Amino acid sequence: MTRVVVDPVTRIEGHLRVEAVVENGVITDAFSSGTMIRGLEKILIGRDPRDAWAITERVCGVCTTVHALASVRSVEDSLGISVPPTAELIRNIMLTTQYVQDHVIHFYHLHALDWVDIVNALKADPKKAAEIAQSFSKWDKNTPAYFTGVQDKIKQFAASGLGIFANGYWGHPAYKLPPEVNLIAVAHYLDALEWQKQIVKIHAVFGGKNPHPNYLVGGVPCSINLNEVAAINSERLNLVSQLISQADEFINQVYIPDLLAVASFYKDWSKYGGGLHNYLCYGEFPTKGYNHPEAFKYARGAVLNRDLSTVHPVNPRDSQEIKEYIASSWYTYAEGDNVGIHPWAGETQIKYSGPKPPFETLEGFSKYSFLKTPRWKENPMEVGPLARLLVSYASGHTDVQELVKDTLGKLGVPVDALFSTLGRTAARGLDAALAMIWLKEFFGELMGRVKINEVSTFNGEKWDPKTWPAESEGVGLVEAPRGALAHWIKIKNGAIDNYQLVVPTTWNGSPRDASQQRSSFEAALIGTPVAKIDEPVEIIRTIHSFDPCLACAVHLYDPQGRHLNQVSFE
Amino acid sequence: MGNSIWQNMQQKGYSRRDFLQFCATAATVAGFGKSGVAQVVSAFEKKEKPAVVWMHFQECTCCSESFIRASHPIVADALLDVLSLNYTETLMAPSGFQAEKSLSDTLKNNKGKYIVLVEGAVPTKDDGVYCMIGGKTAESILQTVAADAAAIVAWGSCASNGCVQAAKPNPTGATPIYKLVDKPVINVPGCPPIADVMMAVVTHLLVVGQVPALDSQGRPKEFYGRRVHDTCYRRANYDAGLFVESWDDDGARKGYCLYKMGCKGPVTYNACSVVKWNEGTSYPIQSGHNCIGCSEAGFWDNGPFYQHLASFPGFGVESTADTVGTVVGVATLAGVAAHVVATNVRKRKVIAEVHAEDQKES
Repeated sequence: MTRVVVDPVTRIEGHLRVEAVVENGVITDAFSSGTMIRGLEKILIGRDPRDAWAITERVCGVCTTVHALASVRSVEDSLGISVPPTAELIRNIMLTTQYVQDHVIHFYHLHALDWVDIVNALKADPKKAAEIAQSFSKWDKNTPAYFTGVQDKIKQFAASGLGIFANGYWGHPAYKLPPEVNLIAVAHYLDALEWQKQIVKIHAVFGGKNPHPNYLVGGVPCSINLNEVAAINSERLNLVSQLISQADEFINQVYIPDLLAVASFYKDWSKYGGGLHNYLCYGEFPTKGYNHPEAFKYARGAVLNRDLSTVHPVNPRDSQEIKEYIASSWYTYAEGDNVGIHPWAGETQIKYSGPKPPFETLEGFSKYSFLKTPRWKENPMEVGPLARLLVSYASGHTDVQELVKDTLGKLGVPVDALFSTLGRTAARGLDAALAMIWLKEFFGELMGRVKINEVSTFNGEKWDPKTWPAESEGVGLVEAPRGALAHWIKIKNGAIDNYQLVVPTTWNGSPRDASQQRSSFEAALIGTPVAKIDEPVEIIRTIHSFDPCLACAVHLYDPQGRHLNQVSFE
Repeated sequence: MGNSIWQNMQQKGYSRRDFLQFCATAATVAGFGKSGVAQVVSAFEKKEKPAVVWMHFQECTCCSESFIRASHPIVADALLDVLSLNYTETLMAPSGFQAEKSLSDTLKNNKGKYIVLVEGAVPTKDDGVYCMIGGKTAESILQTVAADAAAIVAWGSCASNGCVQAAKPNPTGATPIYKLVDKPVINVPGCPPIADVMMAVVTHLLVVGQVPALDSQGRPKEFYGRRVHDTCYRRANYDAGLFVESWDDDGARKGYCLYKMGCKGPVTYNACSVVKWNEGTSYPIQSGHNCIGCSEAGFWDNGPFYQHLASFPGFGVESTADTVGTVVGVATLAGVAAHVVATNVRKRKVIAEVHAEDQKES
């Protein structure tokens, strides 16, 4: 029995440590630990709720915008503000843009190197690589000259020390792609780096910059005026239109074909990494307002025990449904460390009880992470693109059902294959493809509204704090690229009284709860083979399939504003 | 090993003309103007790719994300060819032991020659347990990498001034880099900094081979010497008294000045209204939102974002950060922010004092 420690887990956002127990080449137990905390919820207390989007947006710069959106929704929910339809469309355009950009970055720059052997690409025949690429994609860049150029670039780079690719697990037996497919993927890694900076210009148009574009409680900050150079006008809309066309080509002629090509060599990974059997999705992309989830593009609900015949309703306001535990986390609760608390009533006091740094292992410590452990009706839940697809599939959304069936058919694998590391990675691609379709649709609708001059982007009825009730509470739900995200807010006398975030990686990456149930990362690692314990690429592969975001996952909060910073070493 | 950037580009099939174009753009972005091109060319022809390590502490990775948005002519190559970026947790291939090896090898083999780029603040409370990597505290890792660094760049507001985690009450003792290390730090604030500014600062280090001219807060003068307000295209509206009075009102639809909506442009030193964001696509004010002052120390505690400034000193374009200083805004710059002044080399004693005062105030 060996305990394998991976820290830092790289190619993620934030600081994650994984310790896995390996017996006879297979993982038998695993521990996921978030090792950084910033305390943003504490910082939010007492501030203007209209400023909260900017503070919470800084939770994460990779999935930028999602916390800003969750925040403005929580404040609007709390105060009963509905945003104008044009503003809702612009928000939908911002979020679908984020899905498309974030998933491409994840596939090529964060996840690909788990499947793609860069050094092996040097052995490829560029002519053959071009033939293969042209067989599954119409992208006109895929020529022999192009692949020769990329190969030369890698050769040169390898000779100069490999930089960010140095000390990778190159040549590891878990890499299965032929040299030509490795070369195709590396070429598109570089192209994706160039492309991603184009698509985010949509955020710059409507939000002024990316990362961290601007949001506004009650609508969006940009105004539309076709007779003004200093507003959203024809030139700006032309730019967005062109960026959408480019993105459409990249998703459908580069990302999805590459994903399917790589996946076809790793079908054995449809047997590993399944993990939990429960899936949660808040639903996303309102078409008739935030309070009408029945008209969302993605359905809201929960699937239990992989039973796709039943979708369970989810109510984030019910104090009995979503609770956070700290049984294995570096916090303490007044009522004891084994109770679960709904976010509106939550309490948190940091109490670090891990080993004093520098340390080698967390073994033997019952508390081992700064992440809390959320549960839905006491169940551990997986969140993310796979959960979104499954809940909408089970809810009878035909667009989702058709795309899933079509993709499974192309790969020649059964529905069960979705419940795996490979399934999770494939689901992210389908999620991007759907977002691309909806991005075009939302932009078309925006143009329709511009044509009839329905351009109001702000509802100012409740902008002035004098119009607010003395006390109110709200919840802002978002399906972020990484999964179910929610902000719970309480407002008192015009200021934030408390604020709690439960984010996707808290669901997926948290430590055990009070009943010792594992969350997604830990459950998914069990049963995964590890060929070489000193080069655990398989661990990274499964962890990356969740697209972890640790800065999002760790936070602290205290509704009473007590001093929280006492740390004791037990 | 040991190739110049020009040699690398030749081997990759770039022509001399491509190379000169690259240098011209690099020079323009770096603020040298046309007269500086010759200088850039000679530097890139002679210098080896410098070893660079990019550290991640208390941050949100928006600086890394911004950096890869740079409108460099060959941006995908910047990572591969301009720098030898040997360690960055966001993009590097290996994890765990192999990742740590990439770091230690770089420090060992490039002693006194490597550049340290830091993203994130460092939590100093409670023995530093609020940020640990590989079982070590962020603070101990920072001291290790800083020891033999040729230059240290603090990316973004987190590393430059503490940013959001250092906002009151700063629960983890988040501390900017310059207070923790014993050598000069180039502060490149902003949340995040503009991509082209980041690339330019790196380029400047390469070309001149020394730290660019800095203001009293350690910021490169070339990008932080002007207030957003003074170079804003909406400034004429301010001078004419034409203001947005409410979101999406007639003034907003005509692009009037956002001063009354709380714009912090008049007290914010940054290049947004000149360089702009995302290949010059826009900047916050152009897209209708007020500047929130994200590159100023303590900006989270400088009053609500939508409350307009009562007044601000140093009205003219000629004012610089040095003359105006940090005494601006409607609220008091309390706590940590008040200590963000003029010095580049501060140590634990100061941090302890700051914490003691925070405790008193809260």
